This record gives sequence, structure tokens and C-alpha cells, in this order.
Amino acid sequence: MTTDTTTTGAFMGDPGPTGRFGEFGGRYVPESLVPACIELEAAFRDAWADPSFRAELDGILRNYGGRPTPVTECGRLSEQLGIRLFLKREDLAHTGSHKLNNVIGQGLLARRMGKRKLIAETGAGQHGVATATAAALFGMECIVYMGEVDTQRQELNVFRMELLGATVVPVTAGSRTLKDAVNEALRAWVASVDDTHYCLGSVMGPHPYPWMVREFQSVIGEEAREQCRILLDGADPDVVVACAGGGSNAAGIFAGFADATGSELVAVEASGGAAVTTGIPGILHGMRSALIQDDAGQILEAESISAGLDYPGIGPEHAHLADLGRARYVSAGDEAVLEAFQLLARTEGILPALESAHAIAWVAAAAASGELAPGATVLVNLSGRGDKDVAQVRDILRGRS
Amino acid sequence: MSTSPAVHTAGTLESALRARRDAGHKLLVPYITAGLDDEWLLVLEALAGAGADAIEVGVPFSDPMIDGSVIQESSLRALSRGTTPDGVLADLSRVDVGVPIVVMTYYNLIYRAGHARIAGSMHQSGVSGAIIPDLPLEEVGPWADAADAEDVATVLLVAPSTPEERIEAICQRTRGFVYAVGRMGVTGEQAVLADSAREVAGRIQAITDVPVCVGIGVSNPEQAATVCEVADGVVVGSALVRRLLEGGGPDGAAEFVGSLRAAIDKG
Repeated sequence: MTTDTTTTGAFMGDPGPTGRFGEFGGRYVPESLVPACIELEAAFRDAWADPSFRAELDGILRNYGGRPTPVTECGRLSEQLGIRLFLKREDLAHTGSHKLNNVIGQGLLARRMGKRKLIAETGAGQHGVATATAAALFGMECIVYMGEVDTQRQELNVFRMELLGATVVPVTAGSRTLKDAVNEALRAWVASVDDTHYCLGSVMGPHPYPWMVREFQSVIGEEAREQCRILLDGADPDVVVACAGGGSNAAGIFAGFADATGSELVAVEASGGAAVTTGIPGILHGMRSALIQDDAGQILEAESISAGLDYPGIGPEHAHLADLGRARYVSAGDEAVLEAFQLLARTEGILPALESAHAIAWVAAAAASGELAPGATVLVNLSGRGDKDVAQVRDILRGRS
Repeated sequence: MSTSPAVHTAGTLESALRARRDAGHKLLVPYITAGLDDEWLLVLEALAGAGADAIEVGVPFSDPMIDGSVIQESSLRALSRGTTPDGVLADLSRVDVGVPIVVMTYYNLIYRAGHARIAGSMHQSGVSGAIIPDLPLEEVGPWADAADAEDVATVLLVAPSTPEERIEAICQRTRGFVYAVGRMGVTGEQAVLADSAREVAGRIQAITDVPVCVGIGVSNPEQAATVCEVADGVVVGSALVRRLLEGGGPDGAAEFVGSLRAAIDKG
């Protein structure tokens, strides 16, 4: 069951002017930011329908970003797990993760809107590095808000951003991680909205961000579907797997499969930040989605080995896909993730980002338990490379020996 | 209930504020964070005694994204003392300070509690209005309908960035008063009053007869008086809360609010 339609489908379509994915999404921001969100939505709709914008974006992603990224069939690990495992290699994109797809799109859009500055939040630092890269490429100023805890565990990425000319502001409020970085970036945006674009890094936040970021990331799924059909003699993979914090790499790869194929979709959250499986619908950071919160509605702090998944919510479209049953949401714990990190390194010579290692961890467990049938074809979105995590993993493993 | 902009009707809060304004007074609305310490209800009484026309009571939220460092700190302190929305409303039900109480909080706490349930609790606790800054016009319908049914006024905000036709729609849907955001930024004290504070008040008052109070970035008596040359009133938060965080207590709060009262009455 394959068709060529990809963007007009029932599962991952245009959320319309209210930005609704079923009961999720919306635009829950202070009045000060509403006009900016409306302006951004109009600008994005206009740009996305403009062939010259699309051509410029595609050209930069190809000639600067290294797209298309390959799909790699894992020989040794497939044999070990008894399945056919394929990796969509976003780790090979410029800056080392899928984040570039989004920031090049938003950077071009910001320039089209006449904005001179980019601000961004970052968790692991991958989106911060990507935004700093886009700012350098387009000659814009860049300020990145990063939780103080994350600036420590991702020290190298802080320095990378500074080398690229960005200013990194450590956020000392709250849990000092990704959710607090988002709060601070939103606060900064209120005060600078005239000349500044908020380059939000995931499929979350107020409309149009969840939809716009998914559209910018959908290149992953569009490429991967066609690449898989070549590798699988026209067939689609049985299962498509991606890790999810805010959920941009998952949304990007799902976008190529949700409506165009019958592939099963699986998103793997960090078990300490499993918004879909343990969260409750609520409102945070401009969106209605599944959130980890207490009985009164106070947002709880997520906990994960991976700074990029350390987020108590998830993008609203994911909450909707879970409601529809089109995608399944599971979780992986820190221990299994560490094992998966080493497993992929030793069997395939690929160091995955700790975030991406969540997807590998689930696949390994599901293959072992028989949940993945022997011989099943499985496509994992390898969203980023693990170089940034090497020091952290070294410290953890050395602490044990 | 319809979610379309209804014909504006004045409830308890708006009637009280209109009566004060029409008697020639400027409106003074101080803000405090509920549950900040054991004395917060005494502070409430002190504010009423010092000339507040209404009091904005912040129910602390874990992620106060429109608030600057002072309200972030007071929210954190109140939360660490176990402050909850239900607890705040229970406390408020035990006092009558003689001026309207308007709750300020973020939408997740309202949504989690359930619109009808918490609107009913507010009404029973003597709360006559609610300010929910992350619930803009397009999303406010379900809450505002539940609040209208309990005579809890949903106070909407207008920002310096709000275009004219949007101001009109907001003024139709707001209840109690219009909260004019004085500057493009988060809550917090400013050495110099932004020009936008008077500009936005003027733009709103050209459109509506509903009382207009300016908040965010109004920090001292002089600024309050300047704003009130145009606006019907002012909301003062961070400057007061900072004094409470520094241990000023009910007496310090009364002294500061008294100085605001004197300044806007003189103007």
C-alpha cells in the first residue's frame, strides 16, 4: 500500500489557522506575542508555497548541509538482532544532527521577514549549534538560551556555539534544563520581537511552530521512504522508529510514512520524560499537549541521561498521533540507552547521539523479546552523532570500573 | 454558551471599578504572590487599607513565562511552601478585605482543575476576576464562558504590539477591565517608564469605555502618576513583591502602596 501523496493526508496534515492537531496544539501565548505568531504563520504559508523559497532551501541543504543523507543497512547488528535494520543517517548532516534542516528553513524565513537576529533554546546543544551555524551562514546575530545544567554536561557544544559567533546565556531558573531554556527564550522574544526571530528547535510551542518545524523536517521522511523503496524492492519498512523529546526528528521521519505507507511508527521517549505514556493533557510553552505534571498542574522536571530528551512535554502532533493510534509511544531507560550506545559503536562503527540511542535501545529490546518479528524490516532515524556525548559516557563508564 | 464575542456586560468587578472611576478616582491595583509567607493575608489587608481599589493575587505556577526575575523568585518561594490553587482559594474564602480580588495565574492550573470547578471555587472564595496571560483571545472561549457563569471577570490583555482591530475584539470579550501591557517585555521594575505605556493606554481608551489599567514596567509613584495621566489606573507588581521578598511585610507593603495612592491622587 504505497502512494505518492505525502502532505495532504489524514494523519499529518495542515493544522489550519488555529493550529490544532485534534484536541492538541493551539497558540497559548501572551498577547504581546500573538501578533508575531500570526505574522510568522502568514510568512511561512507564503514562503512554503513559493517555489523559489523551496528551491533555495533545497539548494542549501544539498550543497551546504550534505543532503540527502544516506540510509545505511546495518549488517552485523541486523544479524545479531535477527532483523533487517536500516539507519537514516542524520548524524552525517552538517553540524551532526537533523537540527540543520529546521534552522536553515527558519533562517531563510527570518531573512525573508526582515529579522536580523535569531534566538534559540537548546537542550543537548545540537539545536543551539545548528542555529549558531545558520546565523553565521546568513550573517545574523544569535543568542542561545541553555539550562545551566546542560551547559555543564554539554560543555563542548557551548564552545562550538561561541566559536560560531553566538552568545550562550546559561539559564539558572527552575530545573536549569531544556524547559527553563524555552521559558527564557520566550521571555527574551517578548522583549525583542520587532527585529528578532525565535528559532524554536522542535515541533512544539505555539502555532505555527509545531507544524512549520515538522514541515522543515519532513525532508527526512521523504528521502527515507524513497531510499527504502530502492533497498526493499519497492516495499516500505515494517517499522519506523525515532527517539522523541520535543519530537522533531520523529515528526520529520513520520511525515514521510504516516499517510503514504502502512509502516508502523514507533517513537521512543526517555523513561524519565515520557510525556505521552505518563503525561496528562495540559498547556505549556504555547501549546496544549501531553505534559508531565502534578495534581495541581505544576510542571514536573524530566530526568534523562540525554539533555535533548530532558523535557516534560512533547509536540502536540505526537499527542494527536498517539490518540489516533497511528504512532506508538514507548520509552527507554538510561541503562538500556548506554548499552545501545556501545552496541552500535562496536557492531557498526557508529557513535549515536544519546538521544538517538534511545531508538536503538528500543529496537534491541523489541528484537530480543520477539515484539519485532524475526526478519522484520526496521528503519531507525539516527538523528545525531554521539561525539558530543563521549565525555559524559566516559565519565559514567569509568565511574563504574 | 456561545464562544463568540458576546455583548459586553459589566459584572461585579467592572461595576466596582467603574464606580470608583466615575467618582473621579484613579484605580490602583497592587499585585502580590499568594502563599509567599505566613503573612500574605495580612499583606492583603494592609494593601486594602493603604488605598488599593482591587488586588491582584498571583497563584504561583512552575513555569511563569511572562514574569521576570522578581515574580519568578516569589513564585518559586511560594511553591516551595506547598502553595496550591485550591489552598489559595481556601485562604481567600476566609478573609474579606473590602476590595475586589482578581486572581492572576497561568492557564495550565485552570485547565488542570477544570474550568467550571475552579470558576465556582473562585466565586465561592469571593474572587471577582481572573487574569490568565497565556490565554489569548482566540483560546479564551471555554474558560471565559465558565467564568461568566460564575461572575468571575476574565480580564484580557492588550499589548503595544496589538493591532487596532484586535484591540476592539479584545475589548468586546474582556470583563472587569482591560489590562494594558505597558511595555514589550516580561514583568519587572524599570528605571524609566516606556513610552509605550501611555501610548497603549491611549489607543485602548479611544476604543472602549471599559476601565483600562496599565501594568508591566510600572515601578514607582512617579511612573504610576505619569501613566494615570492617560489610563484609568495602574497595576504594580514586581516593585511591591521585591519589597516583600526583602522582608518589608505588611507595613512595608502599606507604605509603598500608600505612596502610589498619594502620587496618582495628586495627578
